[in-house]
Amino acid sequence: MKVPIKLTVNGRSHESEVEARTLLVHYLRDDLGLTGTKIGCDTSQCGACVVRMNGATLKSCTCLAVQADGAEVTTIEGLAQDGNLHPVQEAFWDNHGLQCGYCTAGMIMTITELLDRNPNPSAEEVRAGLEGNICRCTGYHNIVKAALAAAEAIRSS
Amino acid sequence: MYTPDFHYHKAGSVAEAVEMLGHHEDSRLLAGGHSLLPLMRLRLARPATLIDIGGLDELRGIRVHDGHIHIGALTTHGEIARSHDVQHANPLVAEVAGGIGDTQVRNRGTIGGNLAHADPASDWGTIITVMEGSVDVQGPNGSRTIGIADFFQGAFETAVADDEIITGVRVPTLVRQGNGHGHEHGQDHGHDHGHDHGAESISGEVGEYAKMSHPASFYPVIGGAVVINADGGRCVSARVAVGGLVPTPRRAPSVEAALAGQELTAGNLEAAANQLSNDLGDEIIGDVFASADYRRAIAPVEVKHAMLHAIGLAHH
Repeated sequence: MKVPIKLTVNGRSHESEVEARTLLVHYLRDDLGLTGTKIGCDTSQCGACVVRMNGATLKSCTCLAVQADGAEVTTIEGLAQDGNLHPVQEAFWDNHGLQCGYCTAGMIMTITELLDRNPNPSAEEVRAGLEGNICRCTGYHNIVKAALAAAEAIRSS
Repeated sequence: MYTPDFHYHKAGSVAEAVEMLGHHEDSRLLAGGHSLLPLMRLRLARPATLIDIGGLDELRGIRVHDGHIHIGALTTHGEIARSHDVQHANPLVAEVAGGIGDTQVRNRGTIGGNLAHADPASDWGTIITVMEGSVDVQGPNGSRTIGIADFFQGAFETAVADDEIITGVRVPTLVRQGNGHGHEHGQDHGHDHGHDHGAESISGEVGEYAKMSHPASFYPVIGGAVVINADGGRCVSARVAVGGLVPTPRRAPSVEAALAGQELTAGNLEAAANQLSNDLGDEIIGDVFASADYRRAIAPVEVKHAMLHAIGLAHH
């Protein structure tokens, strides 16, 4: 069954017809070509597919595209403004907050919401806030460092 | 992985959702989708029609009134965890909400959807059971309220009829007295107040929940919840519930009776928790994560942990 949807992704409005069973992550990747969002476990555990919808992060593998009808979605591609990386992206670069990079988009999206809610988190609060994002390379150390550096950069900007 | 194909309808009101449920055979309601979509992807559920109620703002929100917290069915776990009203009126409920899944799950998953799913180990099932809450439903013939003891009919089965929709949940507030020790502890889970105060200072209702969770999904495997009504360090009465052991959340009357009238010492709590097997029968759930024997052995430990936390005697 085809369903018409209308939503904003990274500030751009889209009108599409999707199969009702299309998952948001497939819509973003396959229909809109936004492949920065990854599919990892496909069971809402690993966090590779995290995007923001109306400000709140969600796992886009556990959301139908039709549930995003009328919503504002932000993916990793929508964070940079005017060619400047988002402070969280900068901090990942500066602190080498990744190895293979597969979890990175989801990590960064989660951290943007975390810092919106808590602009001055402790390392422990960052680790707790990343409970829904799994990295199999880094041991999280530089990811936490990056989140703390981003927090400081945003606070002092 | 895609779900099987289905017909999709978006409801514009609760009344319309009820009407749609009556018109479409084999239809299911879609709220946050965090129980239903995973089931559908595994082909454990194949509804012909999904009725999307995610846009019904009338089902969202929290109100404290008349000794109860009224939580709209579409309210997310995250909204409940962050609600100052809930943190004040029943810190146990706020704390449990904040421990469900992860940030993203709490942003999407709803209390109504969680209860409708009726997983035997669900956090909400165990907590609403220990709190003696109730569930409001609406159907073609109007509204009714189902007490939690009648709500769960079996694993993944509830007393909600096929053409009814869960509209909200009512949870009694915790009654506090004296120095508000219970409140303090509930909001400050995991810290050790016990050595300075001792349990003798506790009066009023204190509640706590302890669980063993799946390490990746954080879904509870076994959960134990307690509410202790204390007076000067003695247990006046207690309510105890466990999840993940039998097909529905289960109260533990033997544990409750063993605790009533007792002084709140670690030894008495442990002795009471060890009565749990009397309340479980033989039909213990077992699966690849935790065998029936394992669950039977661990459950009293979780209950004991919840009790020790509740009265501030927990060690870390």
